[in-house]
Amino acid sequence: MSITAPRTPVLMIGKYVAISFYLIFALFPLYWLLKIALTPDQLIFTEGTNLVPSQMTFANFTSVLFKTDFLAYFGNSLVVSLGTAAITTMVAAGAGYAFSRFHFGGKKIIIAVMLITQMFPLLMIIAPIYKIIASLGLLNSLTSLIIVYTAFNIPFATFLMQSFFDGIPKDLEEAAMMDGCTRFQALRKVIFPLTLPGLGATLGFVFTAAWSELLFALMLISKNDTMTFPVGLLTFVSKFSVDWGQMMAAGVLALIPSCLFFIFIQRYLVQGLTSGAVKG
Amino acid sequence: MARMELNNLKKLYGSVEVMRDINLDIEDGEFIVLVGPSGCGKSTLLRMIAGLEPISGGEFLIDGDRMNEMRPRDRDIAMVFQSYALYPHMDVERNMGFSMEIRGESASERKARVLDAAKILGLDKLLKRYPKELSGGQRQRVAMGRAIIRDPRAFLFDEPLSNLDASLRVEMRLEIARLHQKLGATMVYVTHDQVEALTLADRIVVLEGGNIQQVGSPLELYERPANKFVAQFIGSPTMNVVPVSSAQGGVTLANGVTIPTLKDVNPVNAAELGIRPEHIDVVPLGAGDFDAVADVVEHLGSDTNLFVRIDGIGPMMVRVHGNIPKQPGDSVGLKLQRENIHLFASDGQRLRAEDALAA
Amino acid sequence: MTAAQHTDATSGETRARPSFYWRYLVEPYLYLSPALVLIGAVMLFPLIIGISYSFQSIALLKPFDTGWVGFDNYVALWSDKKFWIALENTFWWTVGSLSLQFFFGLGLALLLNTSFYGKRLFQALVFLPWAVPTFLSALTWAWLFNPVIGPLPHWLYDLGLLSEPYNILGDPELAIWGPITANVWFGVPFFAITLLAALQSIPGELYEAAEIDGATAWQSFTKITLPFLAPMIAITVMLRTIWIANFADMIYVMTGGGPANSTQILSSYVFTTAFRKLDFGYASAIAVALLGILLIYAVILLFVRQKFVRT
Repeated sequence: MSITAPRTPVLMIGKYVAISFYLIFALFPLYWLLKIALTPDQLIFTEGTNLVPSQMTFANFTSVLFKTDFLAYFGNSLVVSLGTAAITTMVAAGAGYAFSRFHFGGKKIIIAVMLITQMFPLLMIIAPIYKIIASLGLLNSLTSLIIVYTAFNIPFATFLMQSFFDGIPKDLEEAAMMDGCTRFQALRKVIFPLTLPGLGATLGFVFTAAWSELLFALMLISKNDTMTFPVGLLTFVSKFSVDWGQMMAAGVLALIPSCLFFIFIQRYLVQGLTSGAVKG
Repeated sequence: MARMELNNLKKLYGSVEVMRDINLDIEDGEFIVLVGPSGCGKSTLLRMIAGLEPISGGEFLIDGDRMNEMRPRDRDIAMVFQSYALYPHMDVERNMGFSMEIRGESASERKARVLDAAKILGLDKLLKRYPKELSGGQRQRVAMGRAIIRDPRAFLFDEPLSNLDASLRVEMRLEIARLHQKLGATMVYVTHDQVEALTLADRIVVLEGGNIQQVGSPLELYERPANKFVAQFIGSPTMNVVPVSSAQGGVTLANGVTIPTLKDVNPVNAAELGIRPEHIDVVPLGAGDFDAVADVVEHLGSDTNLFVRIDGIGPMMVRVHGNIPKQPGDSVGLKLQRENIHLFASDGQRLRAEDALAA
Repeated sequence: MTAAQHTDATSGETRARPSFYWRYLVEPYLYLSPALVLIGAVMLFPLIIGISYSFQSIALLKPFDTGWVGFDNYVALWSDKKFWIALENTFWWTVGSLSLQFFFGLGLALLLNTSFYGKRLFQALVFLPWAVPTFLSALTWAWLFNPVIGPLPHWLYDLGLLSEPYNILGDPELAIWGPITANVWFGVPFFAITLLAALQSIPGELYEAAEIDGATAWQSFTKITLPFLAPMIAITVMLRTIWIANFADMIYVMTGGGPANSTQILSSYVFTTAFRKLDFGYASAIAVALLGILLIYAVILLFVRQKFVRT
């Protein structure tokens, strides 16, 4: 429920000051990223700290795209993130459905374990995972990243999917079963079509998470041709820390898929994050 | 068509027994209503019949076949849900034809049957609408249409009218009664509304605390309730119940007045006396069993409700047919109709001649 | 199969039995098993291995020096100055990030709970940082703090906060504020979203009733809003504390733990030890220590909460 608008002019002004503050705080860093990316190379050092560039160019973007490996990194990240999102959503939909619709022995324990996996330092398992993946000969492979990311995201995605299933009245699938469906048919014909928005939101959340992951990718990937975007960008930064324009252009490019998914999942944000979900 | 037998049905949640020793035979074509206060287990029992809730013990038979482990789809029973449970992503036509779709019947057959059922229920102009575009009453009709289209062995109703407003509820109640006459199918109907129970049922099953309290026709329950719970649950307004002690040939009320009882009731074990508000006559002062003061008087037109206070006994409600010119504060004489007095033992059981003999 | 059961009830009984157990005991595990297998294989099993590593000497750079060493790693940890610095930094990093995130997040939630022109767009824009990949948030802020291409040092200099426009990420005294700022920028939307949802669950009638009873806006806030938000605040803060304490990406990207370990927190120390030194045994010992600290924190919190709930 919205509280009624402030009644005094002072509060009114205060409110708009606050609005402007939050807007600037949220957007300025992104604006700056874009600004430097659009500033021609030769101007960066002379007017790097000006608020508005005197000239603009897309040269940084074209050189990032065509003269570096970023396009390949981008493709790798896309494969990993889409793969993770798709598998995680499928697996989590099953688990979320089980949590939402069944009472069974061990349910509480499994939920507790899943919650705990959200708490302990994931970095704790970075060394064992490295050794296991290495012994399987899967270092520098996108498959290993997909498997690891999928497991990391399942608990969160499961709770998210559970909340979507909980939102669908149990009566509906019972009605379907009375109408002659098996449980699986009821799931496919009645529940699944109604969960599509939830599946979409989960896909989005997981995609964003996989797209951002850095530390495990750093550990598991060292070859240039399987680097994901974060790893590639970080390697680029440490190697060529002078080519600001290109780095920021690459940063802007990395932002695009996240922003697209963000727009897509915006309306589920409040629902998703309050449904027992604990991950940022 | 179906004849159902419930033999010693039991329901456990974990190790908690919520329902025990449910024995009930439902005849083919019978309209059975399960009533009881919320939490009495009536919906659970219905869901056990439907196959949506596992049966923990005992046996449930339809036409002699054991159903306990059968899936809902194999029991050939239709159910109308309290929430209607219409599929939001399907239009009315597909909602109604969904069971036929599942059974793989042809589209043309489906269309014809849906149209038939829709005409019966007055839905034929709404077939392309989605549930969210329908009014409450229309949704209710679709839910019923979805059930009748299958021509099932039995129908189950889980408080189907509780989400409708009062006038629509009366209309749909008649509709269900008409449907039962027309189809002659076995129907099991859950409600907490005793008016629905009394008007629809061939037999009513009163449930309380996971036990069947009484099974009988509406009139049986009204005239011969098995115990105090049924007596107070069935009938509106609620039966007055006051403590008594037994006396020679009658019972003595707390104010010292002794009421003689009918010959076939031996009042030896009587602990309480029950009398329905409509079974108390208003008589001139001093001419009845006792006098009382009216606290509140409700003029309903057809009836007058008096909420009276009786010295030594406490409050009681009296309903008199027609309009009587009483005001709050007036004193009235009251006479209990002897043939309509119920006596209850200390365990709540209603006393009859044969019980008294045993004691 | 129904035909057989209709003719012979007893045979139907025996044949239907399995489907009964199937439905109520086995079926949920069918839906769950892929999730359980993955979590077990990729998280729980490595977790146990990780704990066992902390009692071993496993350094990839010293392949011949492998084996069980008992508590050697922990003994080394106890006398490791870097560990104690990292522990202290973890505390300040968590407290600093969390309190600022909470403060600004609450403000934003309260703001979004009022109505004003263009609110939907505003909401989309202020939540945007949450969608920015963490490594990119970190890089962006690192660049903003860079005096060559970033405006922040110049602004801080103009405000008189810095003696000259230099990069605070290189200053051991101030460096920790770099990652904290980035973390706040990144984390405010999360708090705002959570608190906003809690705010919106407060029935509007309560405010109307309070207004009729003559409450001021401030009284409404302290007597209605805060008590209603309290459970949500408690749980969010608790979970967020753990999450932030574990969150090494910002620090690793912005400062790598430097300069002179001034920004090293325990989780980033785990990562650098494992990743740069490839000393898995020691890294695991630090990680177990971190886990232990978090456990103690959680237990204290649960204890405190129980006490509050009781009274």
